Amino acid sequence: MLAAKHRLGLVFFPAFDWAISPSHPEREERLLYTQDQIFEEGIMDIENIKSYNPELAKKKDVERVHFCVPDVETRVTQSHLISAGGAIKAAQVVMERKVEKAFALVRPPGHHAQRVVYGDRGFCIINIEAIMLENIRANYGPIRVAIVYTDCHHWDGTQDVYWNDPNTLFISFHQDGRTLYPGTGFLDEFGGPGAIGYNINVPLPPGTGEEGFLYVLDNLVLPILDEYKPELVVNSAGQDNHYTDPLTNMNFTARGYAELNHRLNPHIAVLEGGYSIEGALPYVNLGIILAMAGLDYSNVKEPDFDEKKLRQSPQITEYIKRLCEDIYERWKHKEQIARELLKGKDYIVRQRHVYYDTDGIMEYQTQKFKVCKKCSGVNFIESNSDIGMPIFAVTIPPDACPSCVDEGYRAYKNADIQKYYKIYLQDRPGDNFMARSINAP
Amino acid sequence: MIVGLDMGGTHIDAVLLHQGEIVKATKRPTDRSNMLESILDTLESLFSGQDPSQIERINLSTTICTNAIVENKTDPVGMIIECGPGLDNDFLRCGRENIFISGYIDHRGREVSPIRIEEIKEAVRTFKDQSISALAVVGKFSVRNGDHELKILDLLKDEFFPVTLGHTLSGKLNFPRRVFTAYYNSAVYNTYQKFCESIQRAMQKENIKAPVYVLKADGGTMSITASRQFPVNTILSGPAASIMGGQAFLKTSQDAIFLDIGGTTTDISFLAEGVPLLEPLGIKIAGYPTLVRALFSVSIGVGGDSKVRVEDQKLAIGPERLDRPKALGGKCATPTDAMIVLGLLDIGDRNKAFLAMKEIGDKLNLSAEAAAKMVLDQMVHMIYVKVDELLSDLNSRPVYTVRELLYGKKIKPKRVQVIGGPAQALAPIIAEKFSLPCSYPKLYEAANAVGAALARPTSEITMYVDTAQGTLSVPEMGLYERVSSSYSLEDAKKRVTALIKEQAKQLGARDDEIQAELVEESSFNMVRGFYSSGKNIRVRAQIKPGLIYRLWSDENAGS
Repeated sequence: MLAAKHRLGLVFFPAFDWAISPSHPEREERLLYTQDQIFEEGIMDIENIKSYNPELAKKKDVERVHFCVPDVETRVTQSHLISAGGAIKAAQVVMERKVEKAFALVRPPGHHAQRVVYGDRGFCIINIEAIMLENIRANYGPIRVAIVYTDCHHWDGTQDVYWNDPNTLFISFHQDGRTLYPGTGFLDEFGGPGAIGYNINVPLPPGTGEEGFLYVLDNLVLPILDEYKPELVVNSAGQDNHYTDPLTNMNFTARGYAELNHRLNPHIAVLEGGYSIEGALPYVNLGIILAMAGLDYSNVKEPDFDEKKLRQSPQITEYIKRLCEDIYERWKHKEQIARELLKGKDYIVRQRHVYYDTDGIMEYQTQKFKVCKKCSGVNFIESNSDIGMPIFAVTIPPDACPSCVDEGYRAYKNADIQKYYKIYLQDRPGDNFMARSINAP
Repeated sequence: MIVGLDMGGTHIDAVLLHQGEIVKATKRPTDRSNMLESILDTLESLFSGQDPSQIERINLSTTICTNAIVENKTDPVGMIIECGPGLDNDFLRCGRENIFISGYIDHRGREVSPIRIEEIKEAVRTFKDQSISALAVVGKFSVRNGDHELKILDLLKDEFFPVTLGHTLSGKLNFPRRVFTAYYNSAVYNTYQKFCESIQRAMQKENIKAPVYVLKADGGTMSITASRQFPVNTILSGPAASIMGGQAFLKTSQDAIFLDIGGTTTDISFLAEGVPLLEPLGIKIAGYPTLVRALFSVSIGVGGDSKVRVEDQKLAIGPERLDRPKALGGKCATPTDAMIVLGLLDIGDRNKAFLAMKEIGDKLNLSAEAAAKMVLDQMVHMIYVKVDELLSDLNSRPVYTVRELLYGKKIKPKRVQVIGGPAQALAPIIAEKFSLPCSYPKLYEAANAVGAALARPTSEITMYVDTAQGTLSVPEMGLYERVSSSYSLEDAKKRVTALIKEQAKQLGARDDEIQAELVEESSFNMVRGFYSSGKNIRVRAQIKPGLIYRLWSDENAGS
C-alpha cells in the first residue's frame, strides 16, 4: 500500500449537523463532497496518515484570546468549542511528535473573530487558530510562530489578536480590501507598537492566478521566513482564492494550493473559509493533504480545470512584482519605521469600528497600547456596541515586564464599575483570566 | 439438523446440531494439498449413520479462496482502471496487466468525461496477447454511477470471463479498496467455482437436498449459489466462525471482549451491546485492504504453543511457535507446559512440562511453579495490553457530527468471553487481570464449527439519492432509477428496507431470518446560489450477523 513520506495527522470534522442557517454558505453540506473525495481516494488507508477526533476546547482556552460579551457561555456554542478543539488537537499531535505535520479540516471557521466578541462576524465567533496557538504556548512554553494565511478575505480577526505580538509573524495574502469583505488588510496595517513590521498584508488584485500566488510565496514570504526563523509554521488554509469560489474573484487552483503548501512546508494547516463546496474544496483539500503527506499531487485537478483560462494577465504579474518589492522594503526597514512612529510616545491609541456582518452588530472600539522598551507592552480596550454592554479590557502580554504587569492589574482594579457592563483582565504570564461587573464585583 | 463445518489451516471441525444440542462433532486434519478432499472426508464421516433427509441446512466456512490468495495460486487478472484526477495511480497495479483509461465520474455521479472505445480495444489486445481471461473493471466514484463500468462490460463480455465490476461489490466509497477487491474476486473466481461444483456433487452423492450456505468474514452466510458470483466474500471467514460460535454460548446484550486463544495466536474481537463489532470498511488480505465486510478481529502472536524463553534476564513469550509443547514431545517450553505444571490442564507428560518450567525458573531464580505462574500472568498481560490499545483505537474512531462527538457510544466491556484450547485454564487469570467476569463455553473446542452452523445470512446495501439530478442508486443490486424532486429521506428509508429484504432473499435468507436495520441515514440540503436545488440522501441498511438459535443449555458454563 501507499505510504506517506511525512507522518500526517488529520483532524477531519465536517460537523454535518451544524449550520448558521439552512441556506447559509456555512451549512451542513459544506464539507460533504470533501469527505466523499477523501473517502473515495482511500486517504485513511495510507500508511503514516492517522486521523484524530477533536476534543472540546475549554473556557480558559477561549479566554486566553477573547473577551466575550457578556461571557463565553453566551457567545460560544459546543460546535465552536469542537472546531477550536479540533485545531488544538492538530497542534498537540505535532507538538507531542506523534506526527510531523497535521491538518485540521474543521468547521465552523474563526479567522474573522477579533479579541472582543459581541457576536458572529464573517461566519466566525471565536478564532480557532489563535485559540490553538495560545493553548500550545500555555502547555509547551513560548514558541516563535509564523502564520501564513491564504484565505481570500483579509484575516482581520487574527490580525487583531496578534497585532502587538512580535513572536507571531502574521502574513496574509488576500484579495485587495477595496474589492472585498472585510475591506481591510492594507500595507500600512503593519503591527502595534510592540510588533511593528510583524503584521504583513499582501493585498492582491482580483484575477491573481497560480503564478501570482507562488511569486509572492517565493519572493516575499519565504525570504521573510528565512530571516524570521520561526519554530512553527502554520498555514491558515482558507480556500476561497479558488477560481470557482462564489464570493471572490481570484484564479487560484487546487494544484496551486498544493504547490504553495509544499513550498511553504508548514507544520500545521487549518481550514478556514472556502465556499465553492463542490468545484474547489474536494480538490483543494485533497491537494493540501497530499502535499503535507509528501505524496504526489500532480494529478489533482478540478473537473473544469483549464490552464489557459486561468492564466493571469501580464499587468497583474507586473503589479504583484512591485507590490512584493514595496512590502519587502518595509519589512527590511521595520526597526527604522518603528523608531519614527514611536518617537516620544508613551502610548499609541487606535480607534476602530468593527461590524459583525452575520449578526448585524456595530462595535466602537478604542485600543491603547503602552510603548514599553522591556516588553511588547500592556494594552487596553474600551468598547461599546449598538446593542449596549460597554466593556473595558486589559491585556498583560505573555512577555510582560514587571511594571507592565503592575500597570495592568492597577488599571483592572481602578476601572470604574459604574461605567462598564463588564471589566476584563487577561494576565497572560500568569495564565489567569478575571472579570468583574456590578452584579459580580 | 444443521451441519456446521469450519476449515482452518490445520484442522477441519464439523458439528451436527439438532434442537440446540450437539449431536455429533468431528475433527479432521486439513490436507493442504487437497483441501476439497479434506472437506468431503469430514462431511462423509459426519454424515455416516445419519438420515440425510433430516438435514435442514449445511453451513460451510472455507479457506479455499484465502489460501489461493495467500499462497499466490490465483488466476492472472487484467485490470481496467478509470482513475480520474486525484492520487497518483501507480499503487493500484495489482493485476497481471493494468490498463489505466481516461473517462471520469465525479462525486455526485456526473460524467465529466466519457470512456474512449479505442482505449478499451487496446486493453483487449493486451489481455489477449497475455492470454488473460479474468478481468476486473473499476472506476473512481463508480458506486455513484456504474454506467462506465457497465459500458466497458458490454465491450468485453463476449471474450472474457469472469469480469468483476467494481460497483457491484460494495456501495462504500473507497476506490483503492474497490480496485483490490475486484481484483481478488476475479483472481479466485475459477478456483471457487470448482469448489462449489465439487460440494454440490458430493451433496448429490450423499443424497442431501438441504440448502448449502457459505460463511463470510462478517459472521453471516450466503447461499452457495449466490456466493459463486462473489467468491471474494468467502475470504478470512475463520475468525468469524469462532466469534459467532462464542455467541452461541453467551447470552448478553452488553459490551464484551471476545478472545479466541489458539496454539499460535490469540484473536481479539468485541461485542457492542451483544452484537459482534464490524470493521468499518472491510478486511485486509495479503497486505491489501478490501471492501469485504468483516467482523473486527485482531490477531497477536501469543497462544498456548508460543515459544517461551528467557532473554536478558526477562521472560519472553512468542510471537513465534516452534512446534508442540514439551509435554507433548516438543522441543521448547510453552504456556501449555505452564498450565500442565499448575494442574490447570491434564494432557501429555507432566514430568516433561515440569522440566520445561524448571529450566525457565532456574534462569529467573524461581521455582518451576512460580515460573509457570509467571508465564501465564505474562501471557494474559500481553493480551490485556493489546485489548486496551484496541479499545482506545475503537473509541476514537472518527466521528463527523457534533452529536456523535458529544454523545457517541463508546465501547465499555462488561465481561470477557474466551474460547480455544487454553480457555478454561486461563479464564480465572483473565477475570482477575481485566477485573471483569470471564466465561468460557464447555464445548469451546468445537465453537468455531458451531458458529458456522448457526450463522444466518447477512447483507448490506447502500442507497444514494440525488434529487437535484433525480437519481437513485443501489450499486450492490445494480439498481439505478429516476426519482422525483420531492423524494424524501423517509421514502429512501422505506425503500432501502424493502430492498435489503429482497437482497437477503437472493442470498438465501428465509423470511423469519430477516431483521433489517438502518445503519446510516443522512439527508443534506443542496444549496446552489441561495436556493435549495435538491436533497442529497445517503442511507445504508444491513441484515446484521446473528444466530439461528443459541445453545442455551451451555449458557452458564464456567462463568
